[in-house]
Amino acid sequence: MNAPASFARHRITHLEQLEAESIEIMREVVAETDRPVMLYSVGKDSAVMLHLARKAFFPAPPPFPLLHVDTTWKFRDMYALRDRVAAESGMELIVYRNPEAERLGINPFDHGGLHTDLWKTEGLKQALDLYGFDAAFGGARRDEEKSRAKERIFSFRSASHRWDPKNQRPELWSLYNTKKGPKETIRVFPLSNWTELDIWQYIYAESIPIVPLYLAAPRPTVERDGLLLMVDDDRFPLREGEVPVERSVRFRTLGCYPLTGAVESEAETLAEVIQEMLVATTSERQGRAIDRDGGGASMERKKREGYF
Amino acid sequence: MATVLKTPPAADAARAEIEHYIEASQNKSLLRFITCGSVDDGKSTLIGRLLYDSKMLFDDQLATLRSDSRKAGAAGETLDLALLVDGLAAEREQGITIDVAYRFFATARRKFIVADTPGHEQYTRNMVTGASTADLAVILIDARKGVLTQTRRHSCLVHLLGIHSLVLAVNKMDLVGYDQARFDEIVADYRAFARDAGIEAFTAIPVSGREGANVMTRSAAMPWYRGPALLEHLETVAVEPRTAAEAPFRMAVQWVNRPDQNFRGYAGRIASGRVRVGDEVAVLPAGTRSTVKRIVTFDGDLAEAGSGQSVTLTLADHIDCSRGDLIAAPDAAAEPAVRIEANLVWMAEEAMVPHRSYWLKIGTRTVSASLGAPDAVLDVDTMAERPAASLGLNQIGRVGIDLDRPVPAIRYADDRRLGGFILIDKLTHKTVAAGLVRDFPAGGGRRVGAPRSEAGEILWIGGGETTDRAARAARLAERLKAQGRHVFLLDEAALNGLVHDLGEGEPARAEIVRRAREVALLMTRAGVHVVLALDAREDEARPGRLIAPGEDDGEGADQWVI
Repeated sequence: MNAPASFARHRITHLEQLEAESIEIMREVVAETDRPVMLYSVGKDSAVMLHLARKAFFPAPPPFPLLHVDTTWKFRDMYALRDRVAAESGMELIVYRNPEAERLGINPFDHGGLHTDLWKTEGLKQALDLYGFDAAFGGARRDEEKSRAKERIFSFRSASHRWDPKNQRPELWSLYNTKKGPKETIRVFPLSNWTELDIWQYIYAESIPIVPLYLAAPRPTVERDGLLLMVDDDRFPLREGEVPVERSVRFRTLGCYPLTGAVESEAETLAEVIQEMLVATTSERQGRAIDRDGGGASMERKKREGYF
Repeated sequence: MATVLKTPPAADAARAEIEHYIEASQNKSLLRFITCGSVDDGKSTLIGRLLYDSKMLFDDQLATLRSDSRKAGAAGETLDLALLVDGLAAEREQGITIDVAYRFFATARRKFIVADTPGHEQYTRNMVTGASTADLAVILIDARKGVLTQTRRHSCLVHLLGIHSLVLAVNKMDLVGYDQARFDEIVADYRAFARDAGIEAFTAIPVSGREGANVMTRSAAMPWYRGPALLEHLETVAVEPRTAAEAPFRMAVQWVNRPDQNFRGYAGRIASGRVRVGDEVAVLPAGTRSTVKRIVTFDGDLAEAGSGQSVTLTLADHIDCSRGDLIAAPDAAAEPAVRIEANLVWMAEEAMVPHRSYWLKIGTRTVSASLGAPDAVLDVDTMAERPAASLGLNQIGRVGIDLDRPVPAIRYADDRRLGGFILIDKLTHKTVAAGLVRDFPAGGGRRVGAPRSEAGEILWIGGGETTDRAARAARLAERLKAQGRHVFLLDEAALNGLVHDLGEGEPARAEIVRRAREVALLMTRAGVHVVLALDAREDEARPGRLIAPGEDDGEGADQWVI
């Protein structure tokens, strides 16, 4: 692995630049905060974030724990990968479940929005307070929606975890102001400048382990309220007349299984997922698609011509 | 023959094709650019056009765009691409500051990050923020209006922030009948201004964001234009200015990696130049020399690394090197400086307070800084200088700054990553200014034996009993006086007249602390160091420093005033 070919060129690729920037952000947090933690949700963005953390502090293990704010309703595959990956990284894994939500038996079937509020939002605040973390890495990206486009990389929270959007600090060059009051905390988003496509390309290039649910496979599903839900365990209460049907599906995002819709897909490999994604983003487009170096547009054309 | 194949050849070929595509698209380069102009110039439509035509929209975004266009669009039945980037109304309602928004799109060759600074309010602050990370600036001009004051302002700011790659996008060409004479006239106007402003080169492109003319591909409507379309230019322009690539090796140390006794690595992101194993380097500001032993990464050791990469270096010698230091090529070794002259862009609502002490973060080093009164304020419309006593929001001024510890003398013009800094208010922790190092005035070296900052420091002697505090404070004040510093000892006896109207209990205690701090602050502005023998909480003591028992003993005293 000495001096791989990519470094012989005197120019680094967009993925290498994104990687270097995320690593720089993580090191800055470790150098300037007292007790950082990485929020680990077991999804693809978390997978990339954890991989970057291992790179940032190599040969040392990342000098902070992983925190999984659990709801007890994640897919079984997610719990399996979480435990395996945490063990491989040499990092401490803290699993926090809001004791109140646990006591009340809060679940997505009976409690609607309360499920997310109590398990996730409240759970996260409780965990941060309990362990005294003053900085938490999160995997959010600016391209996720229009309203996140102006989110800061370093986002400050008051002692009561409130965010003041009117009072955000400007971020210049790569000089991050991490000064804060005694009880203030920071949320840090090292993947801010990554797009969904960057994430998939990086997972592919770096062979990062991801939950198999991102790849298509035959799975027991029911169609409910416009969502294709997977019956992941026997806690799933079937409504009258509902019979789980085996469909070839995959997931674009992962969360609590009763709240996460699947898409029908035949993409069984990472390359096929990326291809499906590229085609999905081009399928609806008309207009002047320029077609130069065999990019997305030529891909689409080839598909139309029955090449695949 | 065919029977020995396990999978049909077509499937294999398809899979190979996918993998080939993915491999190829992993090797894109990255270009960050800023768009300067207002909504009236058609900026949102142009950015929307780039996002739309480069197919970086997902189906759900497109569906939203369709319904939004029907509801609110200005373009009738066709898609109003400006809606892709305009979230302004919604954001205003939510009370979110609209300053800099980042958009992403990509082509087969390049990924683009667009810093978009919407709105007219606080335009200077937002543009400076967006420009600080941009490699290139697209300056929009409405073809009907030509070069305006705001065009000059945008260009001057971009030039000040060291962006050398400039695109003049003359937009709304459809509204002037795609007229070459109009375009040539605007370009000539701009050229005359650019020469005066010191802008060496720019690329002018006639476009229509609404019609997509010369945006992605060259337009048949303007056969007289022979240059590249906007995207063609963005795709092929050199990302890194030659100067940065040829610059000497420099890396600010972010973090010292010490997993065990046998490994000591210096982690950082290379700001400029290249480094190879065996290279001699200097650790700044001390100037100590060593050689690079290893370039460590998770993916294996490298033989060499260059600008933009995050790496971990190990050195051949056990020398003193820690966070905030700079590892650099020996011929790039910059002199240590404790006085800098800088352009400050003031970003806070509260005006600058001359002689007050702020945190200054430069590279990975944070030092205490005392600002002089501005030597001049810059008129961003003309770049002319005029006198001023202070700097307010969005003002740019030339200011002399004294530092309590040395930093390597690197000018912004020589290194955008290491010659820029931010100023942080010590009390509110806000980022109050962006700074660009212009120069290091003569006499800016170490001034041994003299107070090194114009503003004094407040040293709170806390903890323990009242009599102990008074004694400790007196000892510290004596030692500082012996070093030739102006010191005032403010103990509880001295405070008596100021607080005799107050009673006992918590509200009174907090008020005593507040009054003492205010008095001390006034004295520090006169350049006096104040030793305060009064217990306080750490947050109450700011911007002073709280010194617990034991921290001010013996030689340790020197660390408190520097």
